[in-house]
Amino acid sequence: MLSKESLQKIDAATAKYPPDQKQSAVMAALVVAQEEKGHLSTEVIEFVAGYLGMPPVAAYEVATFYGMYDLKPVGRHKLCICTNLPCALAGANEAAEHLKRKLGIGFNETTADGRITLKEAECFGACGDAPVMLVNNKKMVSFMTPEAIDKFLAELK
Amino acid sequence: MNSAHPPFDPGIFGPDAIILKGLTGLNWRLKDYEARGGYQALKKILADRIAPDAVIAEVKKSALRGRGGAGFPAGLKWSFMPRQYAGPKYLVCNSDEGEPGTFKDRDILRYNPHTVIEGMLIAAYATGATAGYNYIHGEIWEIYERFEEAIAEARAAGYLGRNVLGSGLSFELYAHHGWGAYICGEETGLLESMEGKKGQPRFKPPFPASYGLYGRPTTVNNTETFAAVPWIIANGGQAYLELGRPNNGGTKIFSISGHVERPGNYELRLGTPFAKLLEMAGGVRGGRKLKAVIPGGSSAPVVPGEMMLATDLDYDSVAKAGSMLGSGAVIVIDETTCMVRALERLSYFYYEESCGQCTPCREGTGWMYRIVHRIETGKGRQGDLDLLYDVADNIMGRTICALGDAAALPVRSFVAHFRDEFQYHIEHGRCQVGSPAAREMAA
Repeated sequence: MLSKESLQKIDAATAKYPPDQKQSAVMAALVVAQEEKGHLSTEVIEFVAGYLGMPPVAAYEVATFYGMYDLKPVGRHKLCICTNLPCALAGANEAAEHLKRKLGIGFNETTADGRITLKEAECFGACGDAPVMLVNNKKMVSFMTPEAIDKFLAELK
Repeated sequence: MNSAHPPFDPGIFGPDAIILKGLTGLNWRLKDYEARGGYQALKKILADRIAPDAVIAEVKKSALRGRGGAGFPAGLKWSFMPRQYAGPKYLVCNSDEGEPGTFKDRDILRYNPHTVIEGMLIAAYATGATAGYNYIHGEIWEIYERFEEAIAEARAAGYLGRNVLGSGLSFELYAHHGWGAYICGEETGLLESMEGKKGQPRFKPPFPASYGLYGRPTTVNNTETFAAVPWIIANGGQAYLELGRPNNGGTKIFSISGHVERPGNYELRLGTPFAKLLEMAGGVRGGRKLKAVIPGGSSAPVVPGEMMLATDLDYDSVAKAGSMLGSGAVIVIDETTCMVRALERLSYFYYEESCGQCTPCREGTGWMYRIVHRIETGKGRQGDLDLLYDVADNIMGRTICALGDAAALPVRSFVAHFRDEFQYHIEHGRCQVGSPAAREMAA
């Protein structure tokens, strides 16, 4: 179900916890699985649960509780823009409107070519760099004015 | 990483900085930390075989209070850990920084990660913890990776692992990441999350010191709290206390955001006037008038600007102004801001992030958001403000964790201080701010 590389990453995460507490690695394992598969299908979640020796429902609870897991397919790039108050005071709503206009999609939608999914997000803890945007969960881009967004989108593969 | 960040200039973090002192953004590695005196406090403790109780006494004397938001005395928290306990004890660093307005732990971890590691080592020595974890906000993945690198450096240098520096102290440390749940910043929600479950807070008591991670004695402290510990041990609790005020020892990192010219982190002595922080941040953006300040993260009650300009930044002074110092996240709001819209966004956040465990919070946050939303969109009804108060009052004190109170406090304070704006929305179906009448009033 998952590649050898992914399983090695999950094993490395598991090694951080006591041998009888493998479940502690489920969040890391689901991130690894999501990265390989693009999103978390029920089958992938069940596989991860089995690999860590926990009930499938317990892994499913985790996958549905935390906001950055994708249970449905997303575009090749997932852009999450924070619109919480500190970002909003610094122009996040304008940035979000600009993104929607440029991409021709709304929040929780994907461009017709399957390239970009746009989401609204809650605080990343980077309000001094507002507006901030998370690219594919792991890269944060800062000071996202409309001009910065244009530059960012032009450089995005 | 974050190439758009403005270049560092000396003293950017404030003249009295101790945690952020001398940082350039590039000098975060072990050799840099050692060059500025890093790991000397740990070495002093190990070499002089200072008793763990004496270390705790020093931290108590410093009046270091929990920097995550609750402000609980750190030394006292450490002293709750059972001395005689057969089995592992844990230390957890709470870097799950998601309180809107707060972004200090991110800068500590990316610019000075070893001070957190040294602080945790000292805490481990004092509390007898055998292993530790740093729970890092999932949204700052690059910082998580950097912390893993810092751990590897410390381990290779003999600071972590079995028999630290030949002293007999053993302490393992690992980085753990979240994946998008505000509630995991609550310390027992965080422990549940670390166990691989939904991050739903636990009923207390028992407190983590007796039943924490995997049911073992556990101390959870905020990143900034651990980061202050090496300085306290190196310079003494009294010296740290004297940086601040009685009962409010030391410096505090203030994350200032919103309508200011230079948002960012400023490390100031506790007790510094808010007006000074505002000045350091370049004042209100565009020379506009200050309307309001949320002084301690989004969960802290809002304070009108004039009142805030007369308030000092320490736990007790901000409490006297009717709010909380909280995490030190200062959100600045100027005169052009509609307070109904601002509250609507915050209320949506708590509705979105309620873990769903307690009915008053799960349902009440939704009700509050929907009422504020209809007022904001011109569909407010007479009696809505009383209804909002009623819902808020029925959440407060009726939930397992503080998220319920955190959702209710902004609602109550926004309506209390800016009731006329809410009333205008209800009566006229539109906003007072930005209308010609409001502009005349502001002029």
